[in-house]
Amino acid sequence: MSLRDRIGRAADSDIWFSFKASPVTMVAAGLTAFIFLAALLAPLLAVQNPYDPASLNLSDAMKPPVFFGGDWSFPLGSDDQGRDLYSTILYGTRMSLFVGLCCVVVAMVIGITLGLVSGYVGGAVEAVIMRIADVQLTFPAILIALLIDGVVRGIISVKRHDEIAGFVIIVSISLSLWVQYARTVRGSVLVERNKEYVQAARVIGLSRWLIMIRHVLPNVMGPVMVIATINLGVAIITEATLSFLGVGLPATQPSLGTLIRIGNEYLNSGEWWITIFPGITLAALVLAVNMLGDWLRDALNPKLR
Amino acid sequence: MISFVLNRVAQAAGVLLAVGFIAFSLFTYVGDPINAMVGQDTSQQEKEELREKLGLNDPAPLQFARFIGNVVQGKFGLSYRTSDPVGRLILERLPATLELALCAALFALGVGVPLGVYTGLYPRHWTSRLLQAVSLIGISLPTFLIGILLIVFFAVILNVLPSFGRGETVKFGWWTSGYFTVAGLKALILPSVTLGLFQLTLIMRLVRSEMLEVMRTDYIKFARARGLSNRAINYGHALKNTLVPVITVTGLQLGAIIAFAIITETVFSWPGMGQLFVQSVQFADIPVMAAYLLLVSAFFVTINLAVDLLYYVVDPRLRGSTGGRH
Repeated sequence: MSLRDRIGRAADSDIWFSFKASPVTMVAAGLTAFIFLAALLAPLLAVQNPYDPASLNLSDAMKPPVFFGGDWSFPLGSDDQGRDLYSTILYGTRMSLFVGLCCVVVAMVIGITLGLVSGYVGGAVEAVIMRIADVQLTFPAILIALLIDGVVRGIISVKRHDEIAGFVIIVSISLSLWVQYARTVRGSVLVERNKEYVQAARVIGLSRWLIMIRHVLPNVMGPVMVIATINLGVAIITEATLSFLGVGLPATQPSLGTLIRIGNEYLNSGEWWITIFPGITLAALVLAVNMLGDWLRDALNPKLR
Repeated sequence: MISFVLNRVAQAAGVLLAVGFIAFSLFTYVGDPINAMVGQDTSQQEKEELREKLGLNDPAPLQFARFIGNVVQGKFGLSYRTSDPVGRLILERLPATLELALCAALFALGVGVPLGVYTGLYPRHWTSRLLQAVSLIGISLPTFLIGILLIVFFAVILNVLPSFGRGETVKFGWWTSGYFTVAGLKALILPSVTLGLFQLTLIMRLVRSEMLEVMRTDYIKFARARGLSNRAINYGHALKNTLVPVITVTGLQLGAIIAFAIITETVFSWPGMGQLFVQSVQFADIPVMAAYLLLVSAFFVTINLAVDLLYYVVDPRLRGSTGGRH
């Protein structure tokens, strides 16, 4: 198919139509694209590198935003360490998005693998995996993530923990989110596995793994992608919450949640901007991503509307 | 009926046992309980003796049985951080969390149900649409952000409500209550609203969709044909039938409220179990984490069990051969 045909087909599809018919979704998509772009280009857009302690000056600390008595060198004010808030928010958004995306991908890989295996292999393997999933589903994701984070802190020293905090947080959030994928994939696999194309593949003599990955997996990816989009918002919120609680990313590598926690300590003394601007950014990001997810779910599955 | 109940109880016990095993493994294998109990200058030999005395060299199943035995008696060991008995630490903070959770649940129900009924009865009215849109934003915003916004508005700008602590409390034996003083009640407002807001939007949306569903059914049309007043139809017939799912969802959400109290308590420096848990995670205080995990899961499992059984009582359709809700 030529590129032109592809574009033509995409423009003719239901999804594009439903996209065009919903102004809210278009605004959400625009906002998401804008935030993603800003996060991606953060090093170019920022006026200073907040990760570089040499560029910081403590005498610049606590400057108010430009329209509240500050000056243009710190358009959104500065925080307690003299970091320019505008640059810090750009880098923080980058961090939040990066961690969020990583969590979704890792959770997806774990969930799909376990779901495929339990759906296709069945038996005791399935029983064990699905029982674990049931038990885990009883507890809110944030509790599981907190618990895993605490256990990791117990195993390694606190100093080592700061170095690998990003990694730890991705693991803990991913492990708290895999269940939904596993259940969905298992359900779809149970349906797919008795269809003719799978039987045909088996007759040719393909191995179990090849059938699972090359033939069954592509057919169960639709619902998985919808969950992934919705989960991105959940992952970003969970990371922000953990960072806010002080068990997420450290202040040296702040995400939006860390920035809000730092600012929260100064809220009562009048320096509101350190909390409010990262807060608005986080709210806008999550809202836009959630709206896109909702729309995608409705567009791909009209039955749910 | 009996087999259904037994089945559910056995499942609940299984979950609790599994959580107990996780808590036990954390307690025994993550971090060394001996190191937390003795000083720097204790010799290796003394440590070994203590280890033997505490039974840490016994086979794992025996230790597990002893652990469960202790837990049942409320003995959770000593906190690594403060060296206090964990049982007492948690008991001290239990009232704060439970009072907050109760207030939040009442707020969610008391505001959520009427709003849901209203938006369900007049779905096309502009106030209903506005409420729907606002509730979507409410669901999307992280809890801690809502808390901070409330603090900025009511505590910093208007300066009418306190932003941290429980205010004044009254002691009844070991239970401390904030319900009987003005300062205590004022301190409850912002945290309860923060904690209950998510459940409020959830209940509102649920009641709304159930109302929309019920209003389309034949028995409502028939009630109209009989000439019953709108009031009797809306509240006597329609609302009554929407409340079954609301009861179950609220029950299940009680667990979520307890869990999300972790965040609200941190935002408002509320001296409850959730704050204790966050501190214990920061300091890798394993005994407190294990005890909290056990307590919360016991709570969750009990609620789930109660809701399952309640469902069985309320909804006769479930009394088939298989039973149970999936």
